Amino acid sequence: MLQVEQIPILKIDDFLITSIQVALHDKLALSFQDGVLRKIEHTNAKGLIIDITAVDVVDSFITRILVETAAMARMMGTKTVLVGLRPDVAITLTEFGMKLKGIQTALDLERGLAMLRKEIEMDNEEFC
Amino acid sequence: MDIEKSVLIKDEYDIVTARSTAKQMAAEIGLGIVDQSRIATAVSELARNIVVYAGKGVVNFQWLSENDRNGLEIVAVDSGPGIADIDWAMTDGYTSGGGLGIGLPGTKRLMDEFEIESKVGRGTTITIRKWKR
Repeated sequence: MLQVEQIPILKIDDFLITSIQVALHDKLALSFQDGVLRKIEHTNAKGLIIDITAVDVVDSFITRILVETAAMARMMGTKTVLVGLRPDVAITLTEFGMKLKGIQTALDLERGLAMLRKEIEMDNEEFC
Repeated sequence: MDIEKSVLIKDEYDIVTARSTAKQMAAEIGLGIVDQSRIATAVSELARNIVVYAGKGVVNFQWLSENDRNGLEIVAVDSGPGIADIDWAMTDGYTSGGGLGIGLPGTKRLMDEFEIESKVGRGTTITIRKWKR
């Protein structure tokens, strides 16, 4: 049986913030990706923050989903920052050789938001 | 040695069960948080390979005790198609599904010991071990 689980995606100003608090199995990871992209479409968000503080195992599949989600969001004009990568997860990812290609990371939510605000500000200046 | 725990792998939900069992057992023998993460990730990769390539299999966990050191041994067994070229599968950068399996060199790097036995048409057995230092 497929369990209906939800990872809430919150909107604040121009940003979407989502925090993964449950064990990510493959189907949930895919429905998360789908949910994020739909929310981007509906909200026109300029930035997306994915918080993985509560995620204790990031394997190659989850890495791929995160990298792909960021790439898809970018195509839709949304910048992604991954926050809350735990030290043990960072060590494991590096030793394994998994690369978070094309994903920006920040230590925590606060720094991630600051990073996004700065970048979007710079983009706006270029337009003017 | 007796098998302490055994997790049947038949779908993606079992991957989650296998990796949480790995993490729990690693914590039980006093392995640190980084080793717990290494072992859980390695088990996740092996269990996913079973689901993707063999369809079903089993992951067995057992304690190791040798002289005055303790450890954890995990054996992933399937009777799937097997790996024709193990050297190739153990080459870094080789993956047949872009994060959908294999990842054997990375798995090996996360563990202290890694052994693989595979026969085409018969299946694959991968044994990994981590010792408490």
